[in-house]
Amino acid sequence: MTEIGLGHYLTLGAIIFSIGIIGIFLNRKNIIVILMSIELILLAVNINLVSFSIFLGDLTGQVFTLFILTVAAAEAAIGLAIIVVYYRNSGTIRVEHIDELKG
Amino acid sequence: MIAHSIFFYTFSIIAIVSAIMVTASKNTVHSVFFLILDFISISCLFIMIGAEFLGMIMLIVYVGAVAVLFLFVVMMLNVAQQKNQWFSSEESSKHIPVGLIISTLIFVELIIVVGGWKYKPDLFDINNSIAINKVSNTHSLGQVLYTDYIHIFQISGMILLVAMIGAIVLTFRKREGVKTQSYIKQISRERSDGVSVLNVESNKGVKIDD
Repeated sequence: MTEIGLGHYLTLGAIIFSIGIIGIFLNRKNIIVILMSIELILLAVNINLVSFSIFLGDLTGQVFTLFILTVAAAEAAIGLAIIVVYYRNSGTIRVEHIDELKG
Repeated sequence: MIAHSIFFYTFSIIAIVSAIMVTASKNTVHSVFFLILDFISISCLFIMIGAEFLGMIMLIVYVGAVAVLFLFVVMMLNVAQQKNQWFSSEESSKHIPVGLIISTLIFVELIIVVGGWKYKPDLFDINNSIAINKVSNTHSLGQVLYTDYIHIFQISGMILLVAMIGAIVLTFRKREGVKTQSYIKQISRERSDGVSVLNVESNKGVKIDD
């Protein structure tokens, strides 16, 4: 139990970022969970920015966290709208069935 | 400082476990609830290290708006019962090694970066710290946000507007067979469309609807 420093917060951000990456790679069933993993990744980025901002005494990190929050909300709204439209057209949102673009 | 460490470890362990449960849970509704728990514990961490405004904003935006949006979509699409197993299907088994290797690599790289940062303490400038002056976090953030970053702030408002319009346009659909009032049609009616004067001869009817 040493004193909590910047390294602890950055490690927490790294762990959550990696969990988000794992979620994107391993989830093959449900595309909403992939969107939630993207939210986790943005959350990890926010943790990094806020902890750097606090420990370095510079407010710029918190300001940019606010903008990342805005972009994340917009991204969630657009992504969920696309999912709703896709579900209306094809009746499923299973990831392995979404291969119409043949990517 | 011991209380600070205890709170940090509690909240971060809750955050990590709930992040794992977001990706691993079988029911999508449970994943959304674990996402909410994750956001709450991270915003507690933010409040703890002194970024109170961002912690509160994260509670409002993520828990109040984004997570509820996810919950609505999950319930609307009726996918909560679609099972979400990783390891059972044939398709997923070939992605597991790749995903694990890549995410482990990214984690190791990030940890190396953190370690390199720790051994370079010259960059810390404690004298310039926010905690020294008496202004609260929200006050100082507002002073910066509305002066130096005003253009970016307004552009982020435009991003929200465009996202709103995009979401409405994407999910909007015209329903067939719904009797609604159309003002344009009502106003643009001419007299010649509605009324026609006929010369009716006696003892003979008039055929309507021709």
